[in-house]
Amino acid sequence: MLNNFQEFYNIIPILLIGAGFLISLLIEMYFKKSDVILPWFTILIFLAAGFHALYAVNSVSVIFQNMLATGGIVNIFYIIFTFGAAIVALLSIDYIKKYGTYFGEYYILLQTSILGMMLMAGAKDLFMIFLGLELMSVSFYSLAGLNRKRLKANEASLKYFLLGAFATGFIVYGIALIYGTVHSTSIDMIASRFYELSSDKLFIAGILLFLIGFSFKIAAFPFHMWVPDVYEGSPTTIAGLFSTGGKAAAFSAIIVTLGVLFTGRIGNILMPYLAVISVLSMFYGSIVAISQDNIKRMLAYSSISHAGYLLIGLAAGNSFGVAGVIFYLASYTFMNLGAFGIVALIEGKDESNLTLKSFSGLASRYPLLAALFSIIMFSLAGIPPFAGFFGKYYVFIAAIKSNLTWLAILGVLSSVISVYFYLRIVVLMYFKDAETDLKIDVSKTGLAAVIISVLLVIIIGIAPGTIIDLIAFFFK
Amino acid sequence: MNIPIEYYLILSGFMFLVGVAGVLTRRNAIIVFMSIELMLNSANLSLVTFSSYMGNSTGQLFVFFVMTVAAAEAAVGLAIILAMFRNKLTLNIDDINILKW
Amino acid sequence: MVQLIYLTTLLPLLGFLFNGLFGSKIKNEKIIGIIGSSTIGISFLIVVGAFFQTLSMPVDQRQTIVNLFTWIKVGNLDVNVSYQVDQLSLLMGLIVTGVGFIIHVYSIGYMHGDKGFGRFFAYLNLFIFAMMNLVLGSNFLLLFLGWEGVGLCSYLLIGFWYDRKFEKSTTSDAAKKAFIVNRIGDFGFLLGIFLIYLTFGSLNFNDVFARAASLNIPQYVFNFIALFLFIGAMGKSAQIPLYIWLPDAMAGPTPVSALIHAATMVTAGVYMVARCSIIYASAPAIMEFVAIIGALTAIFAASIALVQNDIKKVLAYSTVSQLGYMFLALGVGAFSAALFHVMTHAFFKALLFLGAGSVIHGMHDEQNIQNYGGLKKYMPKTYVTFLIASLAIAGIPPLSGFFSKDEILWSSYADGNIIYWLIGVVTALLTAFYMFRLVSLTFDGKERFGHDKHPHESPAVMTIPLIILAVLAAVGGFIGIPEIFSGEHGNQFDNWLEPIFQPAQAKIAMFGVHSSLEEIVLMVVTLVGVIGSIYAARYIYIKNIKPAEKLSKRFNGVYNLLLNKYYVDEIYDASVVTPIVKGSEIVLWKFADIKIIDGLINGVANLIEKISGSIRKIQTGVAQFYALIMMLGIVAALFWIILSL
Repeated sequence: MLNNFQEFYNIIPILLIGAGFLISLLIEMYFKKSDVILPWFTILIFLAAGFHALYAVNSVSVIFQNMLATGGIVNIFYIIFTFGAAIVALLSIDYIKKYGTYFGEYYILLQTSILGMMLMAGAKDLFMIFLGLELMSVSFYSLAGLNRKRLKANEASLKYFLLGAFATGFIVYGIALIYGTVHSTSIDMIASRFYELSSDKLFIAGILLFLIGFSFKIAAFPFHMWVPDVYEGSPTTIAGLFSTGGKAAAFSAIIVTLGVLFTGRIGNILMPYLAVISVLSMFYGSIVAISQDNIKRMLAYSSISHAGYLLIGLAAGNSFGVAGVIFYLASYTFMNLGAFGIVALIEGKDESNLTLKSFSGLASRYPLLAALFSIIMFSLAGIPPFAGFFGKYYVFIAAIKSNLTWLAILGVLSSVISVYFYLRIVVLMYFKDAETDLKIDVSKTGLAAVIISVLLVIIIGIAPGTIIDLIAFFFK
Repeated sequence: MNIPIEYYLILSGFMFLVGVAGVLTRRNAIIVFMSIELMLNSANLSLVTFSSYMGNSTGQLFVFFVMTVAAAEAAVGLAIILAMFRNKLTLNIDDINILKW
Repeated sequence: MVQLIYLTTLLPLLGFLFNGLFGSKIKNEKIIGIIGSSTIGISFLIVVGAFFQTLSMPVDQRQTIVNLFTWIKVGNLDVNVSYQVDQLSLLMGLIVTGVGFIIHVYSIGYMHGDKGFGRFFAYLNLFIFAMMNLVLGSNFLLLFLGWEGVGLCSYLLIGFWYDRKFEKSTTSDAAKKAFIVNRIGDFGFLLGIFLIYLTFGSLNFNDVFARAASLNIPQYVFNFIALFLFIGAMGKSAQIPLYIWLPDAMAGPTPVSALIHAATMVTAGVYMVARCSIIYASAPAIMEFVAIIGALTAIFAASIALVQNDIKKVLAYSTVSQLGYMFLALGVGAFSAALFHVMTHAFFKALLFLGAGSVIHGMHDEQNIQNYGGLKKYMPKTYVTFLIASLAIAGIPPLSGFFSKDEILWSSYADGNIIYWLIGVVTALLTAFYMFRLVSLTFDGKERFGHDKHPHESPAVMTIPLIILAVLAAVGGFIGIPEIFSGEHGNQFDNWLEPIFQPAQAKIAMFGVHSSLEEIVLMVVTLVGVIGSIYAARYIYIKNIKPAEKLSKRFNGVYNLLLNKYYVDEIYDASVVTPIVKGSEIVLWKFADIKIIDGLINGVANLIEKISGSIRKIQTGVAQFYALIMMLGIVAALFWIILSL
């Protein structure tokens, strides 16, 4: 009995969000003022879960008959998900009112998607991975098309749904093949039999299909095609969640399942695959982003190229690379949420103000927004001392340690290209006169969310050592 | 009667490819979606086969999970397709392309 | 209190953020001033608390490392943001926060009515933040962060009145000059840090110094490290040949000159060399070089100060000269004497600058001492405090400057090289002369200003800081009374710092230190000379102004040479600046940059944009096409990985 209580204690973050989403359903049904209560309740739940995860980061354990892991990097992922989602919720309060309609299920679906991510990060069994993935994906499909009156939203959610389900088919088939060769769905079993099975074609095909399914979720070339369309069509805040939480969750699933590949104990047989899609994603994302006029599409391509940088850390195949990836995800989450947050603030009704032109001369009228956006752009471009620089730095160093210097050099080259389109926005904001008559009433909560993200980006940039130490300590 | 495991696996693989071909070639969104269901079911067939041949029940349990999730996905998917149809009055995937480049 | 030391950097940082973000919104100068000063005041109290706590500890446990967080960790490089509280950093911390606080309070009065009031206090707080990181940091990287930070603040504050004219150009040109000259020094400093990491495998002070004392490292490595670090010190502490930025730095507001360009930042080089005493002790040749540069700077700058007419310029050259003194002391191995002079100099030079500020304030921004005269009856408090500071810098006992200057002179004599001592004494005579020329021309004699000027005493918020500093300048020397007078207790100041410099002192064999009779004789000789020098100055500039003009006419060449500061600026302009500017304009800019680099970059950029424009068409918008691309990717990956098994 006592033992079971301990197990429940360890998954308080998951329980909190699970209970929170049930309560949210009731709030939505019975309270007339649910549009005021629900957002703050959601934020509260996320923060409570996040802070508990932070507090219990040391209680590492495996619970529920080897189904879930808690503590350590699992909790670090929980922190990324919940704090990221709290920022999204804070941004959304005024954003979804811009459309003139309020959707209670918005916040509920937000919670279920985070629940799915948490199950993926904590999974010790393919069951949990699959369940978490589907919980997240189905919530995402609905969130993308939540505003069902708009054609673009319809199209985005339809494309996301069809392609997402297509990718799920590959994941399930991969799981079937893995199960058939390992004779178990336990991740520990997969890890322990990995070496002896590493020349079994059926097993490797299974692993590869599984990995490809998640490559879709992290938006790596050539499985990225949905990304620009879905980001453009979805609500901006939700696109921010797709690009951060969704990506982090998919990476957590890869790290959790194939962690044994990245400890350096056995050869990284998937390195060629990871390295090639990494290079393709980086360059494709950076190059195509240059010719985009729509800021959301530009950020979508930027997200593809960041998936490439993140994959460098996995291709490196050592524990340092994985620590770098997790650090990168943490910093990327906050800077990208900040970027989408500012876009959401500036976006007008009916998707106006989304072209690059609307940003010209922003600095003279909204100096604070311009300054915040510049910091985020510098960070995304990987310019020190912001968090983005250290993320790239850690994964490049990891690649060099694994004698993949060429990969690190290509990463730097791609970063150089990406500086062009990130800093172009800064130039537009500060050195060009306004082309459109931009009038926005800046939402206070939204601005607060952006400021919090930027502060986190700066803080992570000031003390990257402490965070990477913590991650490396837990990933051995 | 002993049917070798390979027969099942080849059947499952074939079903999977049929599903993929359906996704790639059919123009109606609902048929595309049905093809995806076919892919999932082919995976289910593999899972059941492995489970039965190994005398291990995990695979069959997994099939239940996949079926439940597929049902949830179908509900959401059909809702999305319906919303699309109401706005655009077509389900031809080729025509659904305002988001591009 | 020791564990709270991080507040001494955090509070100024918060003050900076507050004043920087909201300073322009808040119109109330009081709030800005109180917040700006109180953060420094509280920091000072914390440092005082930490000092007494450290004092109560046993001598061998007086070093505390306060670790805040891991900053950078890559491979073997492991740098923390951690503060090292020990005798040396506490001494510097007391000076920085103590003098800093007084100057903050003074600035409330001095900057009253300026449109950049909030910005000024934000910069000052940022400066204290950087400076405290510099003196408290427990590793070279944090030291470097502070080093660059104070450089930045110096740049921002020199150009604070960016719209004003300064001499022939603008204040921003003066700021740029300071920045560029400091970059040259910083480059050397950075090379030194790289070399330290390469040699010792760490950047932590404790590790580096322990390894420097124990490991067997070739002599030339020490020489290079010490030389590179000293190049950094030359830039920051304005030594020949990099001193040229400091006189121009007077373009900034006077409290800035007092705080940054006299009391604290310019002594960072002295602090750094003292901190690395063990490295310098292992490189005797570089020690000799430091002493030579210090001695030359001391006499060179003092001679320029003799004929300058701008009140702040005189003080600026005086600062350069006194910094030369400190490096002379470092060079002969008298580390604690150098720091003693850092402390007393902080008191009396800050006082002199603040007094000069009070005069400038009272004279409506007139800075030419030829247009002053007889001001003592208009501003008595300023006069008395200024006089005390002048007596202190001239080295009249028992004021603070006497003790510190004497210790340096005695150490350079005891080092065995009589030339250093001689240069030191001559510099002392010159110092006494130009200071009393300044005092006489400003406060005594006939009034030489027009009727449009109405000199007046400054408000209390400015005179009270003057009085506090005057007390410190008067009695500050007593904590370092030489051994011959204080008997068995010895020199308290030296005793306090002794554990820091003990390893270095053990390496340098000092001789003849304890001959007390010689010390007293030398002291008397210097003192007589200094008093004579003061009388000469007062005679020439009060009693009869003629001899000065006669002298300058007779030695017209020398006079012009001095007045134009040995034409050093012009020489630099002709030999370095102009060739670089012309060369970079014609070769680098017009040819290399525009034709080659720009052409290449623009070409590549255009190419990428074209590629980008065509690739984006892949994104057709048709979902099935996306699925097809995915499928192709999957097939390719499967074939490749499976076949390669």
